[in-house]
Amino acid sequence: MSKQTYKWIGTRPDRPDGADKVTGRARFGADFNMPGQLVGKVLRSPHAHARIRSIDTSAAEALPGVKAVVTSKDFPEQANLIVPTGEMQVNLRDVTRNVMAREKVLYESHAVAAVAATTDAIASAALALIKVEYDVLPHVIDVTEAMQEGAPILHDHLITDGVEPRPTKASNIAKRIDNAKGDIDAGFAEAEVVIERSYTTQPVHQGYIEPHATLASASEDGQIQLWSTTQGHFQVRGFCSRLLNIELSQIRVTPTEIGGGFGGKTVVYLEPLAVRLSQKSGKPVKMVMSRDEVFRASGPAPGATVRVKIGAKRDGRIVAADCTIAMQAGAFPGSPIGPACWTSFACYDIANVRVVGYDVVSNRPKVAAYRAPGAPISAWGVESTLDILAQELRMDPIDLRLKNAAKKGTKTSYGPTFDTIGFVETLEAAKSSAHYRSKVKPGMARGVAAGFWFNVGADSSAAAHVAEDGTVTIISGNPDIGGSRASLALMAAEELGIDYDKVRPVIADTSSIGFNFVTGGSRVTFATGLAVVNSVRDMVRELKGRAAKTWGVDVEGVIWENGQAKPAGSNVGVFEPLTLAQLAATAGKTGGPINGHAQLNVQGAGPGFGVHIVDLAVDQETAIVTIDRYTAVQDVGTAIHPSYVEGQLQGGAVQGIGWALNEEYIYNAKGKLENAGFLDYRIPVASDLPMIETILVEVPNPTHPYGVRGVGEVPIVPPLATMGNAIARATGVRMTDLPMSPPRLSAALDAAMPRAAAE
Amino acid sequence: MAKLHVSTTINGEPAEFLCDVSQTILDVLRDQLGLTGTKEGCGSGDCGACSITLDDRLICGCLMLAAEAEGRRIETIEGMAKGDRLHALQKKFIEFAALQCGICTPGFLVASRALLAHNPDPSETEIRYWLAGNLCRCTGYDKIVRAVMEVARDMRETTR
Repeated sequence: MSKQTYKWIGTRPDRPDGADKVTGRARFGADFNMPGQLVGKVLRSPHAHARIRSIDTSAAEALPGVKAVVTSKDFPEQANLIVPTGEMQVNLRDVTRNVMAREKVLYESHAVAAVAATTDAIASAALALIKVEYDVLPHVIDVTEAMQEGAPILHDHLITDGVEPRPTKASNIAKRIDNAKGDIDAGFAEAEVVIERSYTTQPVHQGYIEPHATLASASEDGQIQLWSTTQGHFQVRGFCSRLLNIELSQIRVTPTEIGGGFGGKTVVYLEPLAVRLSQKSGKPVKMVMSRDEVFRASGPAPGATVRVKIGAKRDGRIVAADCTIAMQAGAFPGSPIGPACWTSFACYDIANVRVVGYDVVSNRPKVAAYRAPGAPISAWGVESTLDILAQELRMDPIDLRLKNAAKKGTKTSYGPTFDTIGFVETLEAAKSSAHYRSKVKPGMARGVAAGFWFNVGADSSAAAHVAEDGTVTIISGNPDIGGSRASLALMAAEELGIDYDKVRPVIADTSSIGFNFVTGGSRVTFATGLAVVNSVRDMVRELKGRAAKTWGVDVEGVIWENGQAKPAGSNVGVFEPLTLAQLAATAGKTGGPINGHAQLNVQGAGPGFGVHIVDLAVDQETAIVTIDRYTAVQDVGTAIHPSYVEGQLQGGAVQGIGWALNEEYIYNAKGKLENAGFLDYRIPVASDLPMIETILVEVPNPTHPYGVRGVGEVPIVPPLATMGNAIARATGVRMTDLPMSPPRLSAALDAAMPRAAAE
Repeated sequence: MAKLHVSTTINGEPAEFLCDVSQTILDVLRDQLGLTGTKEGCGSGDCGACSITLDDRLICGCLMLAAEAEGRRIETIEGMAKGDRLHALQKKFIEFAALQCGICTPGFLVASRALLAHNPDPSETEIRYWLAGNLCRCTGYDKIVRAVMEVARDMRETTR
């Protein structure tokens, strides 16, 4: 695809929802209220693992002001059935148990009951009156311990999948997966250098600033209205329908503005409870999680152990690569072990690859998707190991990656063969960047790492309407989590040839537009963007028809250009062009309202690649890491609104920096989380960081009319190893365990000291 | 227990409300006065989403009891635009794409305005430390800091 010039695409206009979001007018999850609403609250388990012997709710129900109490008895049992949700998969049997514990509580703060009362204080008092008798069971938090013989078993029915012969005993290992290419043993036999290391990562929370919130209103005729802060209101509808046996069309979910999600708002926690409480009480029920509940009972991304072995020739050509990942799923099976495995070596063209993964349950909250789920974890292992290889071979780390880079035609270990991708271009842009060409300052060190994400297409619906004055509304069904209204409106304006401010984007509820898959997988600008483009094209077909009718010519005699219908062929010069406004004004006489629609299952998401560069210093005494300069380079396909594309790269990089340096879940011996707040779970703040430089490499995706690739997820993949690689070069100490927080890094520096002194 | 009657000034307008002794000003603003532009992200003073000013001093609404508003002046995000004119910071945040999801934005704007009132010529480092009490998980802070720097420069030029 040759580089095109566009009028609107690639420009940086104000976002359509900008004024609402800087004035406090925009309404987020907790900002919706209804007259007569009740406050809903959840009673949560004090134990990490216990059998529920009995629940007595009678005293709570008798408290004046309490209007409904629900426990697992209020939710029907679900079949053992796996359904997709965003980039993850969930089992309905497990989902119903995660939203409300049944036989057992499986993690601290697992929901056991919920109440709806007239005030917050009464709801809290009611929770204290619910008597739950538990038989406390031994628990297991750590992934390696959970895999060992004799570990406390979470689910008596869980037999490891993917192992032959099929085991007969229950285990915490839910699944073993593997994928391979070539002959791994022959590959390592051929290698002249082999590097092997083991790594760990800790679970991290998505850390969206807006806690989960919902408002449910069930009416006497069975209709349900729901407002929810979610990345997928169609998924909320689907889960509520399944978990409560309500027909889909009886439920109308309106997505509120969403205060961050990063994958963590693709599942349900509160919504089914709020609906059930509303059904039982006959009143609207509002539920909002506290930050404490968000940390203890939602998200997080998994922690894992990663073993990587890479064999190469002395010239840097990698001939064999082996990786084994064991990943925490939380209390129920379903970690992102698949994508962690598939992405591990996806950046590289390697003849012999083997990847093995284990999905392991333990007494922690069930993990949820987090930006490129799984990929940062395997990249932490692989990209750190590559850096050791580069040091061993005395090669520039970018040159090592260029030598092995995947290109168009490279077959991945997990199956697909790449079409047009931009990894080589991204590496070259990184290498020629001002940052990489600059001299490393004294006392600093430089680190580099790469990352990959597939990106996603899937189901999208959109509609385009022309108003009577010729202005246009485009209607889609994906919550706007970071500026997607702007990118959709830009594509519609480009397609129609009218001004951006003549196009208003609207996000419709589940009853007002056809099905849309979640805002996730970096799919909205790509897939929903394609649905918008197609809906506009459908509308243009109609507009041309109206012009043809006005002129009394065949539709082939009309073209659409710059927002006007113009005569074509033999008609040129015979008729004056008709503008969108003119055609809209006469629509009543030419066939009625002018609209367009599109519905697609979008394939051909273009994979994305990123390369990050950091310069940093490590304080020898405090082990505090100071970042001096950071650059994120990425193949973004076409940057529809470059400011928001840059923002994705910057935000993803900083989340990765937090993952690398500070963020972790800290459990005590009783299996209770000890840092369930932003003071002790420390996400990056402004004073931790420099500006984050970005370089947008544009290698258009050939399957999209404007070359769009997903951009949101890739930038969280490289930072973990980028930081570790720089720290290794700064200190001479290779960190293999995350986070590289001052206590851990300090201990590692101290441990290395006697050796360094002896050398 | 009987409710307390509080008279205060919110965004320049006289305001009265009844509150429990334990209620925070954040709860009163959001749940009683309908001023939902001030957000709750943590309830413990760690995220800054509920940033407001009390007699021009920047505070977390979740850490202040509502009763303490008696006789004081409170400014929230809803008072930042004047008529149909956005404040320079509001305009620049939009222009620079300094928000993605927007939940932290009211807090950042209130905090940034307080900074510029206190220090019209902040360095990048001073901006970063002033805003270190406001968490943003989307942007990596780059565009927020740039927007504040640019507004500070513009404001200095117009007052010169």
